[in-house]
Amino acid sequence: MATVDLPLDEEAQEHNSSFPLFSERFMKVAIPVGTAVALIAIWQLGVRIFEVPTYIAPAPSDVAAEFYGEFPLLMRNFWPTLYESITGFVVGNLAAILIAIAFVHSKGVEKAFFPIAVFINTIPILAIAPILVLIFGAGMTAKVVIAALICFFPTLVNMVRGLQAVTPQTLELARILSASKSEIFWKMRLPSSLPFLFSALKIAATTCVIGAIVGEWIGADLGLGALIIDSTFNFRAPLLYATVFLSSGLSVFLFTTVSVIEKLVVRW
Amino acid sequence: MAALQTPAAESDFAAASLQGASVRFGELTALSNITLDIPVGEFWTILGPSGCGKSTMLRLVSDLIPAAAGSAVIFGKSTEEARLAREIAFVFQDATLLPWRTALSNVELPLEIGRKRGVTIPAGDRTPMELLEMVGLKGRENALPHELSGGMRQRVAIARALVCQPKLLLMDEPFGALDEMKRDLLNMQLLEIWRETGTTILFVTHSISEAVFLGQKVLMLQAHPGRIKQIVDIDLPSPREIKIRETPRFNKYCSELRALLEEC
Repeated sequence: MATVDLPLDEEAQEHNSSFPLFSERFMKVAIPVGTAVALIAIWQLGVRIFEVPTYIAPAPSDVAAEFYGEFPLLMRNFWPTLYESITGFVVGNLAAILIAIAFVHSKGVEKAFFPIAVFINTIPILAIAPILVLIFGAGMTAKVVIAALICFFPTLVNMVRGLQAVTPQTLELARILSASKSEIFWKMRLPSSLPFLFSALKIAATTCVIGAIVGEWIGADLGLGALIIDSTFNFRAPLLYATVFLSSGLSVFLFTTVSVIEKLVVRW
Repeated sequence: MAALQTPAAESDFAAASLQGASVRFGELTALSNITLDIPVGEFWTILGPSGCGKSTMLRLVSDLIPAAAGSAVIFGKSTEEARLAREIAFVFQDATLLPWRTALSNVELPLEIGRKRGVTIPAGDRTPMELLEMVGLKGRENALPHELSGGMRQRVAIARALVCQPKLLLMDEPFGALDEMKRDLLNMQLLEIWRETGTTILFVTHSISEAVFLGQKVLMLQAHPGRIKQIVDIDLPSPREIKIRETPRFNKYCSELRALLEEC
């Protein structure tokens, strides 16, 4: 009962205090948004006052104009990156989950393959990307593989931990109920790994975009990574900035999607 | 012991019969040479200093750990056979609910385990819903464990333990983490459940007054190595009320046990 009463009391207090609930919520949004707007304004003023050339640092208004004017070009490069990121996300995480399951079920498999997984993870993604482009060619496959690779390791480690997170007492309960290995897996290990899995997926949601973009740097005709290289070498700073903002927008979108799914799935 | 020598109908067996049973963890002897018979339908409480093997004894009886020597026989069967037949249920110190399952589906868990493998699961007279009602959780069946208080969670665990209508209910300090008031309430409910179901109960506790209040017999263990100190008959009228704890007889038992405990 106490657990039910407590939040109600807090809410009541908020209503009684001089801060009504609405303005509290409003301030929560207004403070970060206001700060961001202020920073953009300072940037705009700074660039104008010190007369910084556009090709070195464009003003926000230049970037916005470019975003509007070059919207079709940005979108044409957006879709391949989105596709590579999501495909890489799915492939990399699926592989990590399956391998984690194998690790948990067989100590031998873990001993054999975990050091290799660590080794692959220690190779900088920038160093391995050219190798993968050589192997898979300049098409989308290489980018998908790079995005998958960057997602793989955090999910593997978290998933192994999650599958082992069942308490000893829960395993005793399973034994008293004479549960089979597969029942323990589906009814206990897998659900209890979900919070761990989702922390890894949230990391992967942002890193898969990085993987796809790094892959596109090495060699691609289309994609946000290719557009970044292209606009840099052509001194189109406003386009470069617009592309960077779009890339980060893509990461935020994927992160938010995973967070929303987490809220729906992990209710405990 | 007589029942073992002349095996007849199942009712002739003790609920749990230990013959010189010992449990070892490596070099450490957790339980040494335990011999006792717990008759069907009795309520025994186990008391003793920490490290005397109270929990180990429950784990031996429930086939969670094997006997290093001697034997443990449950209703005339091996502990493994009794476990496979779902005759034993265990209530742990913390509720050990699956946090992603609602109260109701936690109670249903034992009925799901083994269903797809074609295991015959003895379903009790009461449905999971009725069991939740019996432990006083009507209306909270769809709550997740984190939305329930500690006492409510433990009551869900008791309902889960009862769902296969066990013949032997093992409880390892189930109310240890609760405050005095909730503990009293749950003690009363447990006695009621015991009377209604007729199941044999082995109940480990740290509290002398809880041991006297619940038990028909108090099994006092002593440590290093874990062995039987004494089995004390508690001759108090039944059904027991909370008020009984103010009677001189109740207090006499308590001080007797306290003296025994100090000797351990």
